[in-house]
Amino acid sequence: MSFLEVKNVVKRFDNQSALNNVSINVEKGELVCILGPSGCGKTTLLRTIAGLETTDSGKIFIDGKDATFLPPAKRNFGIVFQSYALFPNMTVMGNVLFGLKQKVRASKAELRRRAEEVLEMVDLTDHSDKYPRQLSGGQQQRTALARAIALSPSFLLLDEPLSALDAKVRTKLRGEIREIQKQLGVTTVMVTHDQEEALTMADKVIVMNNSVVEQVGTPKEIYGNPATNFVAGFIGSMNFLKVDGGIKAIRPERIKLVGRFDTFDLKANVSAVEFKGPLTRVYARTKNAAEVSIELPSQSFDNMNIRAGAQVFLRLPEEHISRYTEAWGEIAV
Amino acid sequence: MRGKSKGQFLLLCLMLAAFVIIMVLPLFALFARAFQDNTGQFVGMANYRAYFANPALSRALWNTINVSLVTTVFSVTLGFLYAYALTRTNIRFKRFFRYMALIPIFIPTIVHAVGLISLFGRQGLITQMGFDIEIFGFIGITLSHIIFTFPQAFLMFFVTLEYADGRLYEAAESMGVKPLTKLFKITLPEIKFTLINAAFVCFTLAFTDFGAPVVIGGGYNVLATDLFVQITGLFNFNMGAVVGTLLLIPAILAFIVNRVTNIANMGAMSAKSTKLKVKKSLARDIFFFAFCSLIVLFFLTLIGALAVRAFTTFFPFNMTPTLGNFQFSPVTGGVGSFFNSVRMSLITATVGTAFVFVYAYVAEKTDGFEFLRKIAKLFSVLPLALPGMVIGVSYIFFFNNPNNPFNFAFGTVGILVMANILSFFSVPYLTIMGALKKLDREFESVSDSMSAPRWKLFTMVTVPLSLPAILETFMYYFVSSMVTISAIVFLYTPRFRVASIAISHMHAEGVFAQAAAMSLLILLVNVVVRLIYEITIHLIKKRRKQA
Ligand SMILES: Nc1ncnc2c1ncn2[C@@H]1O[C@H](COP(=O)(O)OP(=O)(O)O)[C@@H](O)[C@H]1O
Ligand SMILES: [Mg+2]
Repeated sequence: MSFLEVKNVVKRFDNQSALNNVSINVEKGELVCILGPSGCGKTTLLRTIAGLETTDSGKIFIDGKDATFLPPAKRNFGIVFQSYALFPNMTVMGNVLFGLKQKVRASKAELRRRAEEVLEMVDLTDHSDKYPRQLSGGQQQRTALARAIALSPSFLLLDEPLSALDAKVRTKLRGEIREIQKQLGVTTVMVTHDQEEALTMADKVIVMNNSVVEQVGTPKEIYGNPATNFVAGFIGSMNFLKVDGGIKAIRPERIKLVGRFDTFDLKANVSAVEFKGPLTRVYARTKNAAEVSIELPSQSFDNMNIRAGAQVFLRLPEEHISRYTEAWGEIAV
Repeated sequence: MRGKSKGQFLLLCLMLAAFVIIMVLPLFALFARAFQDNTGQFVGMANYRAYFANPALSRALWNTINVSLVTTVFSVTLGFLYAYALTRTNIRFKRFFRYMALIPIFIPTIVHAVGLISLFGRQGLITQMGFDIEIFGFIGITLSHIIFTFPQAFLMFFVTLEYADGRLYEAAESMGVKPLTKLFKITLPEIKFTLINAAFVCFTLAFTDFGAPVVIGGGYNVLATDLFVQITGLFNFNMGAVVGTLLLIPAILAFIVNRVTNIANMGAMSAKSTKLKVKKSLARDIFFFAFCSLIVLFFLTLIGALAVRAFTTFFPFNMTPTLGNFQFSPVTGGVGSFFNSVRMSLITATVGTAFVFVYAYVAEKTDGFEFLRKIAKLFSVLPLALPGMVIGVSYIFFFNNPNNPFNFAFGTVGILVMANILSFFSVPYLTIMGALKKLDREFESVSDSMSAPRWKLFTMVTVPLSLPAILETFMYYFVSSMVTISAIVFLYTPRFRVASIAISHMHAEGVFAQAAAMSLLILLVNVVVRLIYEITIHLIKKRRKQA
């Protein structure tokens, strides 16, 4: 049995569905990312697991026990919000101690030692006497994390913990959070709308859309074998090509540029070339006006001498093609 | 329902029950009386027909409307010009002018009238100089009302103009828009709502005030004084109830045009817009400086006239300086009435602040119970439209009834406190609601996740973070209770007289010097309380910035 189980949970707000028959499993010690566009129900799912939101129907099991009607205080989790929700009138130390004082019966010195230990873990020892507004965004984020893990929760819930930070800090913190999570071995559910974040951090990704789970899998599976056209279109970029009886989908980097005498699947004219640093993207238009994008290492591209207007021959390897009944987003004709 | 929700549910019900007892049931008792005869029989509209059939009675209604309309026109115009001077010109001493405009808030309305009499009455300073403007009656009432509604109008315009978006004007300027066009296309639309709201507030305040007309009204009857006579002089409770319901006319009008909720929303203005850069214009600045100076001069003259009376032996015949007038004669309430006022105001401020805070907290931060919370929010704006006089009469009908289990409260300081808490509820509620809304919505979730009880979060985070709003509420309740008279005039007992009542008695007894002395004491206490408030807020802000 999984550590966390959400079974057929339904949740509506007024007349709007937020979770529509959602089921997920989270194994002990793993980091699961819930990924999906804004408004798809990620936060609601997380809050339902926390007990901060009640379910309309369905069940939630924590460590094998039915927790559907358990109040948040009894579920033993730590949570970090997008806003961090740090108490502004307390220092970093005060924030961490607030929960400890509630839950841990120990001497003051003991509690302080525990808090210091946690602050050390998130590298905030030097800032423990500062107030939240004296900290940088990244430090605030780590304070919130410290506060959440101080009580040694049996699982950790993170709601878009990095989305308020700028790109550099975000990338750095991804690694740090993941490291702390592994070190503690704490089961973690993290919500994000940033696919790169999900793909780099997660053991398992749960892709949601429109209040339902679209696919569950490892980052590789999600990226390599999108189960639905939504997942295919939402994650990374994808070419959708109309064929008899449906849609063929293939990632730009899986398309091969071949010579005119090799076997090829498509003939197209280059309409634009986009240099993206290590990679170069080539946009090409087929005879029936479908636009295809191809991505290849800039180095290989340079050796090919391709310019806008040139004719190119494309091979679409069968093993990298997914088929759907409909496209997602922009449809290539 | 979970354990935690049950606690929240009970608290929410408790708050609603409190409001039902201090507002809904008394109002119900008032309306019931208006449709009964003196034996308690239901008589439909008979009392109203009798009222309007009797010109001696119904004249008061037209008088009141008359006074209120004139007051509104003057207050709104003066308030706007004053606010304009402080926000859109380069005159000096703006801070001084701003604080001076608030003087009338710190003294009972009855004192404005007493001050005016000191200037324009038979032995008034100005009358002595040969100008007699016949202060008793329409002119006196209206002048008093203009004085005490002016700060309200000014404050509303000040907030709007101060936080208006300067970028609009800059954009207009860059497009070469003419000044007059700017006035009609930018300034007027931006103050339109404030204009309407300010007019409603001034109208309502003037419509329902009791303090000024009771001393300066002469033979000019208005509803508030009529109500007082019907209840305490003629014991005609049913006719009193009719007059009481008529006092609700502006409130009902306000609800019909949906103003009350709008006034309630004014506090929620965004402060994001950029500040306006004021252009140079000497002529304009000279005009507005003269205008503001005149207003302040007038206020200071009023206070000065009170001071002259208070510190001279027997104005205007014996001008020897003395402190003797501060030895208040026991007949009219004595110095005890002053301390009673302070005590009542302290209790009101303490209990009221706690009540408003908890009320706003459950209305804003409870999970679920949408319907009950909607009712709680609706209740919270109603007192804005509820005149003190009406609260006072309703309380007589409701609490002074031997069958009422709360009858014990009648005749105690408790009922005065209750009336005050209700009377001044809405403004503090909006202040605290604004402060609570600024707190992160996830504090509760975080605290729940750490198994901390909500009261712990409440005391350790919510309350400390709302300290400025709490202090403001305390100050507001205190100052308002120090100057109020309207509800209290029906509810005080001779054993517990407060200062504003004592002033009216002193005035009735002809001991004007003592009335003036008492007025100054009230002003002094209120200014001191306000100063303490300002300094404390300043210190808190400084500390928060440093921290
Ligand atoms: N408290 C609420 N009241 C009403 N609707 C809500 C509430 N919380 C979320 N919703 C709605 O439920 C849907 C899912 O919201 P949410 O779980 O916050 O999405 P996400 O976190 O994926 O952006 C949205 O359409 C949102 O508007
Ligand atoms: Mg969300």
